[in-house]
Amino acid sequence: MIEGISNSDFTELVKIIQQRYGYDFTDYAVASLKRRFVRFMAYKHIDSIFELKHRLLNETHFFQEMVQYITVNVTEMFRDPSFYKALREQVLPRLASYPNIKIWHAGCASGEEVYSMAILLEEAGLMDRCRIYATDMNAANLKKAEEGRVTLKEMKDYTYNYIQSGGIHDFSGYYTAHGDHVIIQPELKRNIIFFQHNLVTDQVFNEFQLICCRNVFIYFNKTLQERVVKLFYESLTSLGYLALGLKESLLYNEERVKFEPVNAANKIFRRKT
Amino acid sequence: MTLPPKYRILLIGGSAGSMAVLVTLLNHFPSPFPIPVVIIMHRLKNVVSELDKLLSVQQVIREPEDKEPLLPGKIYLAPQNYHLLIEEDATFSLDYSELVNFSRPAIDLSFAGAAAVFGAQVAGILLSGANNDGAAGLSRIIAAGGTGIVQDPATAEFDVMPQAAIDANPGVQAMSVEEIIHFISNISTENKS
Repeated sequence: MIEGISNSDFTELVKIIQQRYGYDFTDYAVASLKRRFVRFMAYKHIDSIFELKHRLLNETHFFQEMVQYITVNVTEMFRDPSFYKALREQVLPRLASYPNIKIWHAGCASGEEVYSMAILLEEAGLMDRCRIYATDMNAANLKKAEEGRVTLKEMKDYTYNYIQSGGIHDFSGYYTAHGDHVIIQPELKRNIIFFQHNLVTDQVFNEFQLICCRNVFIYFNKTLQERVVKLFYESLTSLGYLALGLKESLLYNEERVKFEPVNAANKIFRRKT
Repeated sequence: MTLPPKYRILLIGGSAGSMAVLVTLLNHFPSPFPIPVVIIMHRLKNVVSELDKLLSVQQVIREPEDKEPLLPGKIYLAPQNYHLLIEEDATFSLDYSELVNFSRPAIDLSFAGAAAVFGAQVAGILLSGANNDGAAGLSRIIAAGGTGIVQDPATAEFDVMPQAAIDANPGVQAMSVEEIIHFISNISTENKS
């Protein structure tokens, strides 16, 4: 098994992927992406960069499998309960003043955070005035997200998270168990639209009062973070909210002056004007 | 002419049974310390954690944010529920991918990441623990020419982790807690000279 990838091989791999398949990983954070490449090679029992390049150039379905594998699709329901509590207490009451509420979940992976949001909106009585746009660059993720399937063994953790976030209902009422997985109640999906959108290459497509993009920026370098924060700024209404992951920061971003913190610890910001 | 410093980063990894040792080490930490220190502890996720504050007895310990630069003299603690990686420009980057060795943060990933960036100028210390996280990371540190140390399994509350690292690497040095304290204070004096 190979242990690392040199910078020149890495650059070349990224170039092959971009030129041949149109996915641009140029401005991804290097340490993490290199690791994903190595991990994929181990999974496919590929022990040389030469072989990896060769297969990338010659087998289209090989790339489809690779892109699914190298993008990080890990997500949880109510990850960081304190964040959801802050949403309940500080953001949703403000959103309630709009007749129509539009929310964008950018990089939603398999949808666990989208459904967490849907539960909050339902409990706040806002769901019927809401439309959630849930996007990801990865079509396989979106398919999973639309199905609303979650592994049963995770539900214990998620129930705990839900309660910590200030949830007072019976969490099991939001899903039905089917063997080793659960299906999220279809009513929660009634105002969610899932579709493909790539933050690297795609543009503004609507205007939102809240954008959630948690733990996506960590895979981008500063250049790409800069681009995406601009995209978010242009996609937010005046005074619209932006939520990032708890360890993600606007501190290293030129656009930071256009946002003000609403809840600094939980990384909720607001467009200034 | 001044020689380049022997180490540019010190990493300490620990799991079950390592907290008391870590506190002892921190209480003996020379201040100011000449290089960045990164602590990776296995810990719970999705809880309100004040581990950084609990450890900040002698000096402030912070959980780095994504893209934060590693600075000399600062002590960093890997945040819960993320892997902590290091980029070539000596900034942190976080990663929320699959668990490694049932852990996130995984000690292996931070150790290997530091070895890839700082090569021979890395010192990694692995304390008590009940799984084998850290063994592969220490191998990478040693293979890059750096220094790999484990808490002597005989003195560790859980010997699995240090023992796994010894079994995986003939080059690992086993030290008592006192010897580790001594090693750390030597970094401080050597790097200054």
